[in-house]
Amino acid sequence: MDAQPPYSGDETVIRVRGLRTRFGPQVIHDGLDLDVRRGEVLGVVGGSGTGKSVLLKEILGLIRPAAGSIEVLGHDITALSEPARVALQRRWGVLFQDGALFSSMTVAENVAVPLREHTDLDNATIEAAVRIKIRMAGLPEDSCSKKPSQLSGGMRKRAGLARALALDPEILFLDEPTAGLDPIGAAAFDELVGGLQRSLGLTVFMVTHDLDSLITVCDRIAALVDRRVRTGTVAEMLTESHPWIRNYFHGPRGRAAIDAQEAR
Amino acid sequence: MTGTAEPAAAFLVPAGTAGTARVLAARGRWVLGAWDGLSQAVEGAAAGLAGAGAVRIEAQGIEALDTVGAIELARLARRLEALGPVEIAGLDPVRQGLLDAARKAECAPPIGRPVERPIIAVVERAGRAAYAMLDETLDLLAFVGMVAITLGRTALRPARLRGSAIIHHMEKTGLDALPIVGLLSFLIGVVLAYQGADQLRRFGAQLFVVNLVGISILREIGVLMTSIIVAGRSGSAFTAQIGTMQVNQEVDAMRTLGLDPVEILVLPRMIALVLALPLLSFYAAAMGLLGGAAASYAVLDVTLAQFLRQLQTAVPVGTMLVGLAKAPVFAAVIALVGCYEGLKVSGSADSVGRLTTKSVVVSIFLVIVLDALFSILFASFGL
Ligand SMILES: Nc1ncnc2c1ncn2[C@@H]1O[C@H](COP(=O)(O)OP(=O)(O)O)[C@@H](O)[C@H]1O
Ligand SMILES: [Mg+2]
Repeated sequence: MDAQPPYSGDETVIRVRGLRTRFGPQVIHDGLDLDVRRGEVLGVVGGSGTGKSVLLKEILGLIRPAAGSIEVLGHDITALSEPARVALQRRWGVLFQDGALFSSMTVAENVAVPLREHTDLDNATIEAAVRIKIRMAGLPEDSCSKKPSQLSGGMRKRAGLARALALDPEILFLDEPTAGLDPIGAAAFDELVGGLQRSLGLTVFMVTHDLDSLITVCDRIAALVDRRVRTGTVAEMLTESHPWIRNYFHGPRGRAAIDAQEAR
Repeated sequence: MTGTAEPAAAFLVPAGTAGTARVLAARGRWVLGAWDGLSQAVEGAAAGLAGAGAVRIEAQGIEALDTVGAIELARLARRLEALGPVEIAGLDPVRQGLLDAARKAECAPPIGRPVERPIIAVVERAGRAAYAMLDETLDLLAFVGMVAITLGRTALRPARLRGSAIIHHMEKTGLDALPIVGLLSFLIGVVLAYQGADQLRRFGAQLFVVNLVGISILREIGVLMTSIIVAGRSGSAFTAQIGTMQVNQEVDAMRTLGLDPVEILVLPRMIALVLALPLLSFYAAAMGLLGGAAASYAVLDVTLAQFLRQLQTAVPVGTMLVGLAKAPVFAAVIALVGCYEGLKVSGSADSVGRLTTKSVVVSIFLVIVLDALFSILFASFGL
């Protein structure tokens, strides 16, 4: 990662082709294609249980798909040797729902984990890097020495974000980052993600149910319907004829979010 | 880190003077992968400019700058500021923002229901259960293999072993179990001696109660009781701890961070228990004998001295060793089953409870089966 102005190029950093996923008789994805371009914020939407989180875990290599190929940063995720996987893991950051912080460690220790495991930086440098990330994530200085149980949900997410950013990743994966946050906290988090994306040139893959997030920070939207995705900008989504997508964007909440954005 | 083999000198190059200020041109990739060279370059430049006064750092030559690079740049600036005014020129706003953050951080202190057909349903459930048992056995064996591979890898690189975690788990599984293991073993000793005394008195062979207590406790009961208590205390704790981490997605988080859950969660627990259980079994045997001695004195008037003398003639040291030799194997089984069930927890918190119960049942079952196998094995060796 490099703190350069965002790329506007068409380089594809995540390429999913013909993805098929099944759990027993239940087929989750069937022939799913998806491209994520460098420097964009992609919002992934879909009804509950349509397989958004599963898609994310497949891209991360945590679940193996039944068929199809997944390439991340040019590497085929399903056919990666262990060292190559570790090397790739260092180039992305992941924020699970609720932070997934290690409960026995303080916030600072959590953020330091990837730095201690994957680099041989000295303590002073690690500490400085941890402080930068905690500040970037918008956490107050005194939260460094707190345990996750002492933090609010929003703060835990910010701490998880700080940990995801620890190794200056190229891609940031977020699974419903604003779920469970109050609207003000959610808006602040959106702003944070948008700001970080612009200043760090990050590519962001964000699973979300939050229409405001979609409309304010996402460059493109991928809607998971009928076991595949349809992608497009917000404007393109508004003209989609698929019933679920129409309902989603033309329902009362969708309209409200769009009107709010236009009023801005 | 793969160090891009850039010599330290290439990062900071003296570039003459501008007015009264000495000029340093910063070049190359100021990134994490080059940290070794970077920190040397910063040290070298700070030392080389001692007493230089004003310094201007030309930063437009920097090809790439990440957090670690920014920290080194901030470090350089702080060290040179002790000597005189420092100016860093040629950074775009994004990089400038990163440098500002680094400068602050660098100096700061520290699921309908199917139609029911009862009879068919029973048959179906029995069939499914049989298949599930087979699956699970294979799965558990695969897990044992995986742990063995990880153990082998760690044996080659012992520095990766979590020493403090091992000590912590030894304390929790060994030291903390002393009161309960001691008390129960003592009571078992008392019961054995009492019951034995009653029977043996009819034959006038009271003193043989020592043989009865000694052999049964040293060879079988000491280790078996301890293993069962430990399976209940610690095997269940392992499942609950790791299961809770699964629910919180901590284990997923470890994997995405490139950490191996087997190495971090399973190995320390297994090693700790393999070390602690033999010690605990020895202590249990001693407490059992003490209980036997106390009961013998109370009902048979056998003094402690008589008890010990008889014990020495009746029970060879090999008996105790045969008993203790089983302990590490039982320990490994308890730890492996406990961790395996913990890692199988998925999603909900209630699966933690279910699998915790299962872990205890399975490990006690396996311990008893293994104990029977050991008896046959030792008998065939004439031990
Ligand atoms: N490990 C698993 N085993 C079996 N079924 C699963 C598993 N993980 C997810 N599923 C199923 O896959 C579907 C998609 O899940 P998920 O991706 O979590 O949904 P969401 O889109 O709400 O994030 C759900 O129906 C869920 O029940
Ligand atoms: Mg989900």
